[in-house]
Amino acid sequence: MKRPGRMPVSVALACLAALVIIGVAAFAPLLAPYDPTNLKSFNLIDAELPPRFSADGDPRFILGTDNQGRDLFSTMLYGARVSIAIGGGAVLVASTIGVLLGLLAGYLGGWVDALIMRVGDVILSLPTILLALLVAGIARVLFPAASGAEWAPVILIAAIAIHEWVQYARTVRAATMVESERDYVRAVKVIGLPAHRIMLRHILPNVMGPVLVIATINLAAAVLTEATLSFLGVGMPPTYPSLGTLIRIGNEFVFSGIWWIALFPALLLVVLVLAVNVVGDWLRDRFNPKLRGR
Amino acid sequence: MIRVVLERLAQAVLVLLAVSAVSFAMFRYVGDPVAAMSREGASLQEKAELRQSLGLDRPVLVQYGAFLQRTLKGDWGISYRNQQPVTKLLADRLPATLELVLMATLLSLSLGIPLGVVCALRPDGIVARLIQAVSLIGISTPTFVTGIVLILVFAVTLGWLPSFGRGPTVDLGWWTTGLLTLGGLKALVLPAITLALYQLTLIMRLVRSELIDVLSTDYIRFAKARGLPSRYIHYRLALRNALMPVITVTGLQVGSLIAFAIVTETVFQWPGMGLLFIQAVSFADVPVMAAYLLFVGLIFVIINSVVDLLYAVVDPRLRVRAG
Repeated sequence: MKRPGRMPVSVALACLAALVIIGVAAFAPLLAPYDPTNLKSFNLIDAELPPRFSADGDPRFILGTDNQGRDLFSTMLYGARVSIAIGGGAVLVASTIGVLLGLLAGYLGGWVDALIMRVGDVILSLPTILLALLVAGIARVLFPAASGAEWAPVILIAAIAIHEWVQYARTVRAATMVESERDYVRAVKVIGLPAHRIMLRHILPNVMGPVLVIATINLAAAVLTEATLSFLGVGMPPTYPSLGTLIRIGNEFVFSGIWWIALFPALLLVVLVLAVNVVGDWLRDRFNPKLRGR
Repeated sequence: MIRVVLERLAQAVLVLLAVSAVSFAMFRYVGDPVAAMSREGASLQEKAELRQSLGLDRPVLVQYGAFLQRTLKGDWGISYRNQQPVTKLLADRLPATLELVLMATLLSLSLGIPLGVVCALRPDGIVARLIQAVSLIGISTPTFVTGIVLILVFAVTLGWLPSFGRGPTVDLGWWTTGLLTLGGLKALVLPAITLALYQLTLIMRLVRSELIDVLSTDYIRFAKARGLPSRYIHYRLALRNALMPVITVTGLQVGSLIAFAIVTETVFQWPGMGLLFIQAVSFADVPVMAAYLLFVGLIFVIINSVVDLLYAVVDPRLRVRAG
């Protein structure tokens, strides 16, 4: 933070909400009353029970059960865990690739720069969701095992990261170009340090600020993209659902008046994304006073 | 000027070539076209003949050249799933998607601009704050959640509107439209709102920030000093200038809307190109996937280039920067 200032109440609340959801999701195995990944812990007889507070609810299940008889509350906690892990993984992969390519493009210039940036242009000329769907779709054709629970997260992370790295690369490239002209970089060049050392040890720490802001905003976007892919049926399988998969399952039951399977996971997803967005927006405004008021 | 136009066109061709190369590579290397297209239990000789008739035994660059030629002629391959030409499948689905995107765009403009103006004229008012808060929720709500909630409320609970399909359509020969029947219009309401919502928040935020910028410029202050009525200043002077980027962004977003329609069409089982694509993904129908990519890429490139070129024509400052 450039200068310490008061955090607005709304941002503080959002921060708290995001931390609570992430914390609860991280400790899902300890906090959830049931283990939805354990086939023995649920029974088809309990399927589609309404939440406890409704007229014919079952006291065992706070938010009711899904179509397989899994406790919806527990399944949601595990689902949030999957969603956040994949979203976070995508941000990590995209930012690492983007920062490295941005450093290379900005520091080396020339054809390396031109190549990286043109590839980025082409990628950005297609919408995230289309590119992600293509990657996920192709992966399913090439590796039939990809739709299983072990490989689906990897595919999802790749599908999301392939679009998101460009933003990091562009930002880091611009910042690196500015830093490269500074005296300290010239000095280490004169000393004769190898290029990778100059980039990673000397330039990188000075261009990381904006990267962290982009990462926060992108976390919300990545969680949304993952949810969308899972909702469309090319993401996490029903046996190991993310929030998006749960909403997909629930969507099939909406017409029979069974609203809770879709609605509770959707609510959790919206609150999570909203909270991260609010924090991200605030961080962006702090780092970039020009954008304030927009 | 001519140089800018040529550079822009070269860039567009480059992007199209890249997209077509990806599309070709998908068709050629994702899965085995011969296995997917030959009938079950086909002999080795039959397969070899098919391989030859598809030209798969020729060098890759020759194949790519042939692919480009076929694509330019309008032959986009045959769907693995139902053995129909992909071009026909896309053409059948195109009207549904375009009508949905058109309605969503109209809706988001007609609501987004007034809401943005309200927020800009009284940025600290209660109404503006409320709209801002709601818009943040709008941006954080995924399209499919909006769709499900709308279905729950207006289709399942209230029973006012249909929740899936296009309703009755009128066939005009080259175009099927749902806009001419009451049922078709009713079926369009919920999907259009769902698709428009994200776009609406975007337009609203843009109108707000542009208008706030314009209102703080010298010519507006001068107009105020002259004692012109504020209504005239706000709507005739300021809003006109603020709307320029809004029109651009709306134009650029049409491509994204077509892609985003995939989600909306899935929720409402709307028989458009997006539903075709998502079905192709789940059935591993590679030709349809590749053709959809090529088609959306084409639309994207055309829209982006036209907008950029128009800007270069309209705004001389960009000409200098680009050249």
